[in-house]
Amino acid sequence: MDTLAILGTAEGATFALFAVFTVATAVGVVITRSPVYAAMNLVGSFFFLAGIYVLLAAHLIAFMQILVYAGAVMVLFLFVIMLLSLGDEHLGRGPRRAMQWVGVLGAVGLLSVVAAAVGRVQDEMPALSSPRTFGTVKAVGQKLFTEFLLPFEVTSLLLLVAIVGAVVVAKERI
Amino acid sequence: MVPVTWYLWLAAVLFTIGLSGLLLKRNALIVMMCVELMLNAANLTFLAFARQFQDVGGHAIAFFVIAVAAAEAAVGLAVVIAVFRTRGAINVDEVRALRE
Repeated sequence: MDTLAILGTAEGATFALFAVFTVATAVGVVITRSPVYAAMNLVGSFFFLAGIYVLLAAHLIAFMQILVYAGAVMVLFLFVIMLLSLGDEHLGRGPRRAMQWVGVLGAVGLLSVVAAAVGRVQDEMPALSSPRTFGTVKAVGQKLFTEFLLPFEVTSLLLLVAIVGAVVVAKERI
Repeated sequence: MVPVTWYLWLAAVLFTIGLSGLLLKRNALIVMMCVELMLNAANLTFLAFARQFQDVGGHAIAFFVIAVAAAEAAVGLAVVIAVFRTRGAINVDEVRALRE
């Protein structure tokens, strides 16, 4: 199918809508000056990306994206922004150095490398053999508690260490 | 069906935007937001291939990435608060004690 025919389907049109808004809000994170605006753009980006996840039949991950990212992590960011209550002198104005633009050039170079890799990927997207179960809590949970049991338990340890570490670091003086 | 390369293109563009922001911005908070963007791009790649190969293992990896990102945000923001309290700045160019 050519591009226009895919865009004409409901799935293609939904993808295009969510993709455009995801990229637009992601660009908003980078070009805005104020951290609050950046955080708001990032919340929008997470929401639209969750829509893309639903298109990929990743229902549980889409739900967690909104719950954990757009909920918990972004509230944490906003808390810190409000806590620091930065004035204008902290917004990181001032001339950018040439090295930074060289870095952005490198980022675009990386994009071209990834583009070459994407060009070699098999393009077909087969229909799901079990559309009623793929990506549901049950399917992902079964995978997590059998094949990925050790990483799952290590993740709980990691979160415990992160909690203790965050308390210790935020308390003491560096 | 939307071809898998479209999702991969979106992930590549998101990653590039995040990396550019990481290198351009001087505010430590926005730098961390750009890291979150890059992690999301990686997640999108995992989910796209999970959908193509019909393997839920990709969803499990995305689950771990979200957990690691949450831990990273908690510890990173604690570091930002600690640095701001002692130095009064969150400009990443001004925090260079290890370099001098």
